[in-house]
Amino acid sequence: MDATSSGILYDDKSFCCNGCQTVYEIFSSNDLTCYYDLQQAPGTTPKDIEGKYNFLDNQKIIEQLLEFNDDDMQIVTLYIPHVHCSSCIWILENLNKLNPAVSTSMVNFGKKTVRVSYNPEHLSLKDLVIVLSSIGYEPYISLEDYSVGKKHVDRSLIYKLGVAGFAFGNVMFLSFPEYFQVEEFWLEQYKHLFRWLMFSYSIPVVVYAAQDYFISAYKGLRSKILNIDVPIALGIIVLFVRSSVEIILNMGSGFFDSLTGLVFFLLLGKFFQQKTYSFLSFERDYKSYFPIGITRVTQDNKEESIQVYDIEKGNRLLIRNEELIPVDCILIKGKARIDYSFVTGESKAVTKHSGDKLFAGGKQLEGSIEVEVLKSVEQSYLTQLWSNDVFKKDKALSFTNITNRISKSFTISILLIAFVATSFWLVTDSSKALNVFTSVLIIACPCAIALAAPFTFGNILRILGKKKFYLKNASVIEKLAKINTIIFDKTGTITANKETAINYEGLQLSKDEETLLKSTLRGSNHPLSRSLYSILKSNDIISLDYFEEHLGQGIEAKHRNANIKVGSAPFVGHAIDTATLNTSVHISTNNSYKGKFTFFNKYRAGLSKLFNTLKKEYDLVILSGDNAGEKDNLTKLLPTKTKLLFNQKPEDKLEYIKFHQTEGARVLMIGDGLNDAGALAQSDVGIAISENVNVFSPACDAILDASKFNHLHKYISISKSAIKIIKWSFVLSFVYNVIGLYFAVTGQLSPVVAAILMPLSSISIVAFTTVTTNLLARKLK
Amino acid sequence: MSVIYILLAISIAVAVGFFIAFVLAVRSGQYDDSYTPSVRMLFEDELVKEKNNKSVLTKKD
Repeated sequence: MDATSSGILYDDKSFCCNGCQTVYEIFSSNDLTCYYDLQQAPGTTPKDIEGKYNFLDNQKIIEQLLEFNDDDMQIVTLYIPHVHCSSCIWILENLNKLNPAVSTSMVNFGKKTVRVSYNPEHLSLKDLVIVLSSIGYEPYISLEDYSVGKKHVDRSLIYKLGVAGFAFGNVMFLSFPEYFQVEEFWLEQYKHLFRWLMFSYSIPVVVYAAQDYFISAYKGLRSKILNIDVPIALGIIVLFVRSSVEIILNMGSGFFDSLTGLVFFLLLGKFFQQKTYSFLSFERDYKSYFPIGITRVTQDNKEESIQVYDIEKGNRLLIRNEELIPVDCILIKGKARIDYSFVTGESKAVTKHSGDKLFAGGKQLEGSIEVEVLKSVEQSYLTQLWSNDVFKKDKALSFTNITNRISKSFTISILLIAFVATSFWLVTDSSKALNVFTSVLIIACPCAIALAAPFTFGNILRILGKKKFYLKNASVIEKLAKINTIIFDKTGTITANKETAINYEGLQLSKDEETLLKSTLRGSNHPLSRSLYSILKSNDIISLDYFEEHLGQGIEAKHRNANIKVGSAPFVGHAIDTATLNTSVHISTNNSYKGKFTFFNKYRAGLSKLFNTLKKEYDLVILSGDNAGEKDNLTKLLPTKTKLLFNQKPEDKLEYIKFHQTEGARVLMIGDGLNDAGALAQSDVGIAISENVNVFSPACDAILDASKFNHLHKYISISKSAIKIIKWSFVLSFVYNVIGLYFAVTGQLSPVVAAILMPLSSISIVAFTTVTTNLLARKLK
Repeated sequence: MSVIYILLAISIAVAVGFFIAFVLAVRSGQYDDSYTPSVRMLFEDELVKEKNNKSVLTKKD
């Protein structure tokens, strides 16, 4: 990560994260000698966490989160999105220095989790979370953590790979003497032992390691599809049966070497393709956005934390600042300013008064409110959205991949060749007929074809992953290569969330006023204050004599005899605010109005250029949940062919895509929020764009880092080239097959020929795809 | 009894031994996180070095 971009400054140095800064502080203040005084490390995050973790007082919630629970020991695994460098690991694994109640803490960097064992008598889970938050590593606890329980890790592929590799090595070793056909007394005497040993090694390979191929072939045949696993399974069976018959009847040494080698290479390909980004989740639904606990106000006006699923109709809930409303409800007390951008994509917050209905998924922005529950979590509007059928359908099932498309004609022609050759030999020399038939099936076993796609896609996945474009699986590459329509969401997708263009109108601020303004903004946590703070240049920070933040209105501060008010127009005493669609912050000093800062949405860099490149090959559409305020701006910026649609609800987006798909469009949807979730699931490829890939992104096929947005075109063209590479590998493996078939059809296939040809074809395909994809990657730079 | 039987028995025993070691390693979760240990290993070095300098401090809390 670029350390300069994070804006964490300390001691005139910039750090990539609070963790690094803390480590630096500890080291520099103690001259690298004493890092034990970690407790003195100041909390560097200006985040308001008070009351936020009250739900961790609830025993029922705690029990669901804990992995192990005993009187003097509790173990919990917490997801910490901020983990991103080695200092983070260092700090988190030295938690026991910070708090002696912690016995061990262990980080999994890939998953961004920390597993903490601690003594509950001295430290509660809530305190642990607060300690973590205070050093800048705030755990993310959502409703998702509640229902999963203990996750089961599937390691079966590694076991299978181990079994196949183990058998392959040993069988190779045992079959070596017979390769050279030395007709000597010693070998003659022991070859039976060797052969039976090879036989017993290959039994676990066929029965255990290769079982996925049999299952998949069976499933394929049952649904009348000749997938690539059919000829593979056929090849494995024929190899095993023929080899066993050969050694039983003492006809030869069999093909156990090729058999185990084949399975080993195939599994290797599978393993290679199975690149997963453990720190990303492609399956998120509303549960990962929702809080796990919420504050309920009891009838005698006491506050208690309850689990979200326990909310009942008629309950009164307290929603704090920046908290998400989990259910549909009616506002009772307080002034609500709700940000519905999660649900609708509309970025402008709406103000609600008591008696108004609030929908689940909205985020309260200013102060606390009290609400009365109308519906339980399961029946709320947002949750209902998830019951749409799109989320239940598995996209992978409805898609025939490139390998399976080719395997149909491949399997048919192999069977044809086998039968023609067999009938030829039946006429000329019937003793060889069975030999030829099995030889054809053995040699034609499409190992090389089956490997081409996994290795190409596996490598492309890695290359794109390095370029911050994370794909869910290999089939996404194929689908990406085929799309013809690209649909963009507006807010957060083509506009940047963090970057806003800020304009100042009004009287020039003096230097002292600027310093005062900057110092005032420093203490505020409001998003607008943070963005304004980051653009002001003034460097001196003065300490304020008086500071007060009026929620929903603004901030007031005093330094010596200068006072400043920052906030909404009425708050600073400016009566008339010209109505605009944009957000502004007004400034007044010493009770005289100075001017206002206006915030504009800023479009991502290179947007125009990207659209102009894409328009040559694709239909471009913008579907926005926002109002049409930016329409003129967009028409100027984008190619004229681009369709612009505004005020689209999540369902509208989904229906729009569905309709165009029935008309033959293959749609790539690019969105960012929960409001795009339906559209992302419905589209052929759904890409979620994210400013910070570790935090939020809805269920999707791929996650694109926002900084790489303007490279989108290159990424699509890479996937097209990948398909070309695979086609060339198919050509290459056909050449091998023709050579092998020559031996097979003429009845000359000996174990040694098979043992050379099979690994040779597999390895050369792997080499070919690896080299070509790496060449592609070079082009990407 | 030929020596080949002994040799084969030894070779198989060694191979099976390694195979069991592999299965145990996978089972214990060693292959689940392949990155963090590589970083952690480097920290351990630093810790040991500093502990030698001021070993008293470890008992501070």
